[in-house]
Amino acid sequence: MPLLRDTWLVFLRQLRPTLHNPVTGLGFSLLQPVLYLALFAPLLSGMPGAMGRNSLDWFVPGVLAMLALFGTSFAGFGLLPELRSGAHERLLAAPVSRVALLLGRVMRDIAILLVQSTAILLLVIPFGLRVSPLGAAAGLLVLLVMGVGLGTLSYMLAMSVKQEFVFPAILQTTTMPLILLSGILLPMELAPTWLYTLSRINPLSHVVDAERALFAGDFGDPSVLLGSGVALAVAVVALALGTRLMRRLAA
Amino acid sequence: MIHTRDLARTFTTKSGPVEAVRCLDLDVEAGELVAFLGPNGAGKSTTLRMLTTLLLPTSGSAVVAGRDVVADPRGVRRRIGYVGQGHAAGAGQYVGDELVNQGRLYGLGKAEARSRADELMAELELEGLDRREAAHLSGGQQRRLDIAMGLIHRPELLFLDEPSTGLDPHSRANLWAHIARLREAYATTIVLTTHYLDEADDVAERVIVIDHGSVIADGTPDELKGKVSGDLVLLETASEEDARAAAAVVEAVPSAHSVDTAGAAVRMRVERGDAVLPEVLRAVDARGLELRTVQVHRPSLDDVFLTLTGRSLRESDR
Repeated sequence: MPLLRDTWLVFLRQLRPTLHNPVTGLGFSLLQPVLYLALFAPLLSGMPGAMGRNSLDWFVPGVLAMLALFGTSFAGFGLLPELRSGAHERLLAAPVSRVALLLGRVMRDIAILLVQSTAILLLVIPFGLRVSPLGAAAGLLVLLVMGVGLGTLSYMLAMSVKQEFVFPAILQTTTMPLILLSGILLPMELAPTWLYTLSRINPLSHVVDAERALFAGDFGDPSVLLGSGVALAVAVVALALGTRLMRRLAA
Repeated sequence: MIHTRDLARTFTTKSGPVEAVRCLDLDVEAGELVAFLGPNGAGKSTTLRMLTTLLLPTSGSAVVAGRDVVADPRGVRRRIGYVGQGHAAGAGQYVGDELVNQGRLYGLGKAEARSRADELMAELELEGLDRREAAHLSGGQQRRLDIAMGLIHRPELLFLDEPSTGLDPHSRANLWAHIARLREAYATTIVLTTHYLDEADDVAERVIVIDHGSVIADGTPDELKGKVSGDLVLLETASEEDARAAAAVVEAVPSAHSVDTAGAAVRMRVERGDAVLPEVLRAVDARGLELRTVQVHRPSLDDVFLTLTGRSLRESDR
């Protein structure tokens, strides 16, 4: 299967700079969630409802969703210098499956996300996080599936805008409302009706709800099915579009 | 090795369609070293990108290394090496890793890719840089790494797009020495683009001059220069008046033509400048005219371009 072999080779190539420099590659992007956990989560302990009773149980699933969102949606940033230099063109001139050039990159970002979110979980458990192990594993899987979709979209965006100053501007303006309307920081149930309605349109809010239910081991909660479905749909749609874009490049 | 028929590429831009390449018929045989010469925007890179499957032709056909670029792009890619204008190594990648990975992407096994990478690093003076980040190499080293990546699978045909742009003269000379050596060793067919006249003149055995998307001349550098009739002789006199008088004298020299004055200077074309010069000097001297300087120029490829298009290649580059 040339697609599998090529994807694996591209994956290995993408992973190498991170392995050379694990602190900058993995550490810096972990800083944001860790700071949220250290400096924001304690604020929640005084709040009424579920988030106040055990703020870590309520907050950690959301922080992991945020990590997945930022980690993968900014992935295209790494492609921009290769688009500007000749590195990407060189790969396009090689007899490599076009789709593998996309998939290998996405797989690398997913692998990094898995390592990072596992690290966060292990870090927080000593501070009193209670999770269902099976639920947490399922929760991580849902995040990885969503990450495949977001990463793919990010690379597609990078390939179409190509300019290093436009790309982050577009991403900031998309991710900011997604985060604010996701219920990661505060429950959307506190919001006025119009804001709550907006949050229901945000796919990320359903994934966050599913994460909270899964981490609590509540597999029967309706949000689990909805959130996983949303994550899967994002991945399927993104991959379909991404494959089409890469095949068009092949032509 | 390369056969194109009516190959064309049109880009749609905001100000309407632009024909970057039109009706290109090209035949390059195995073992040739061909340079596409032309000003920026002439269509050299567009042609190269079509031949290397990076860009689809709008119409026409191209068979490269025995495979059709549209019907079997992968077959073409497998048989050719491509060194683009930009640097081919990725950010944060080690020299050796990029070479081995490149070999693997071209279907080599692990051990084979490794030994091929070592071989190329030795051949291209990159030994000891295996674990060096590609971004930390000098300009010349980066370019040699690009070429090593293009050669990893021992292609029968190598495309080089502006290979020496941005290199200092020493690195340029060094690069060409390497390419010449590799060619001698493996009989690789080489197609390159350049807008350096001296480079096309020195390096290429066949120069294809491209302007406005079409081939306007094709031949060895000497054949092309033969299209310019004769050497350029420049005489500098003391005044405009003297120049006009000298021009009148020179007109009488049998092989001289295109006699022209510009200020105090006289320009003329003659069959063999070195042989005619003594006669010219005697005739001018006999009229009591004083000459300040005398120059004889063999025709350059720029003269060829000027003769063919009425523009200087150097000027149209601006």
